Amino acid sequence: MGALEELSASQQVGLLFVLLFGVLALVTALAVLRSLRESGPRDAERGRAARRELRAVWAGAALFWAAWISGPLGATLLFGVLSFLALREFITLMHTGRSDHRSLLLAFFAVLPLQYALVANRHFDLFTVFIPVYISLALPVVSALAGDPERFLERNAKIQWGIMVCVYGLSHTPALLLLQFPHHEGRGAFLLLFLVVVVATAHFVQQGLVRRLPRRPVARRIDRRFGLRAWGLGALTAGAVGGLLYGITPFRAGPAMALALLASASGTLGEFVMQALKRDAGVRAWGHRAAVTGAVGLLDRVAALCFAAPVFFHSVRWYFHAGM
Amino acid sequence: MQWLPGAVGLLLAGLARLVTGAQGHWHGGPPKAEQRIYFANHQSHLDWLLIWAVLPRDLRASTRPIAARDYWTANALRHWITREVFNAVYVDRQRSEDQDPLEPLAEALERGDSLVMFPEGTRGQAGLPQAFKSGLYHLAAQFPQVALIPAWIDNVQRVMPKGELLPVPILCSVTFGAPLAPPGPGEDKHVFLERAREAVVALDAVAA
Repeated sequence: MGALEELSASQQVGLLFVLLFGVLALVTALAVLRSLRESGPRDAERGRAARRELRAVWAGAALFWAAWISGPLGATLLFGVLSFLALREFITLMHTGRSDHRSLLLAFFAVLPLQYALVANRHFDLFTVFIPVYISLALPVVSALAGDPERFLERNAKIQWGIMVCVYGLSHTPALLLLQFPHHEGRGAFLLLFLVVVVATAHFVQQGLVRRLPRRPVARRIDRRFGLRAWGLGALTAGAVGGLLYGITPFRAGPAMALALLASASGTLGEFVMQALKRDAGVRAWGHRAAVTGAVGLLDRVAALCFAAPVFFHSVRWYFHAGM
Repeated sequence: MQWLPGAVGLLLAGLARLVTGAQGHWHGGPPKAEQRIYFANHQSHLDWLLIWAVLPRDLRASTRPIAARDYWTANALRHWITREVFNAVYVDRQRSEDQDPLEPLAEALERGDSLVMFPEGTRGQAGLPQAFKSGLYHLAAQFPQVALIPAWIDNVQRVMPKGELLPVPILCSVTFGAPLAPPGPGEDKHVFLERAREAVVALDAVAA
């Protein structure tokens, strides 16, 4: 471990990516080997699903790496594009009407770029209040100026919500890359990796347990598979993993565990909320309407992050007495 | 500056993809380099751009839109874009005594080009397309060897409603159907046009 600590921050980050892609390559190789001896149609179906997941993980890892090597500006730009695509997908399914046109223009072409510009320039104080305070006023004003009172609250709530999840929530991810800690400069990538690993752990543990545990769905009509026990165990496992990973964070083991627990629990709850939203919009997965709209199911992949990132970001800042 | 029209075309197709996703669904068989008349519902100025962006790049050059001469040659920019980038076929909206308004279209088909038509004539409100105008019938009867491909454009009216200048990013798709049989020997014009319209409307169900 001593040798590791002597490395510079960028060397450590480089090592992190070598490890990450090494593990991914290993998993992919195993998956290819397994697919060679697939027999029944059920195996094939499961194999296809697993390959889809694996492709998504590769894409995520590549994105993460691209965000890192392209520096603060590149990372912000990259997540800005991601945010744009997620919001586009969200709005497509929300059945907005003619009189929402101006509000949507504001959301896509003013709010989104401004929010990411605030991140890139590390204006973290304004960044956290820009959308909840200023835009939550500006948006209904623009909408009211369009002069259509019909279902005013409903229409505005949809757009406001879309902005909160797809822009505000997701913009906290590059913000993590840019946070500066004493004695921890240039290691934002570890923080982001920490977040992604614990959120993904909670997700996969929850998915895995759901099949095995006797389940009592709490909200059958929203998600048959969501149970409190699986959710709690998923978050606890993620917390434990977070505690083990404390070495790559600026925290001690205890706080690392608590932060991981908090972030992963909010991530999986966020996924549950998105499930409710999808039911309301009449789709099973965002990607399901692909036949119509060409949606790629990006929202499905980033939903957990959209909810976990802001919670994690703010608790990290509290932990350091908000002095960043 | 010979590269300019091509570059502008790529830029426009890229923008269409960024804003609408520009997904093409080929339900009636894959895109092919054969002579075709695509006919689709018409809801927005973006309809043509969307179909064009969905087509494979090598088919774009030989697939031409139809542009109203008075509007699209009114200033230099419009004229340049329709002429150089899209290679549009100009038609006169004012009908003169001695000229067949379909003549430029027939000329293009004789040269072997493919066409994209919006047989409703004007942009409809959201919902089902209006009755088709007869141009499609006359061309189909005159060129029975040209494949008639129906297409359904979904969601575009939300991207840019009538009267708005800037598009909002919303995912759209174009669904292409199987070729429509050309008008039979004794088939009435209105029967054929209704058949064509139904072929377009039927794709809505396929898309959903």
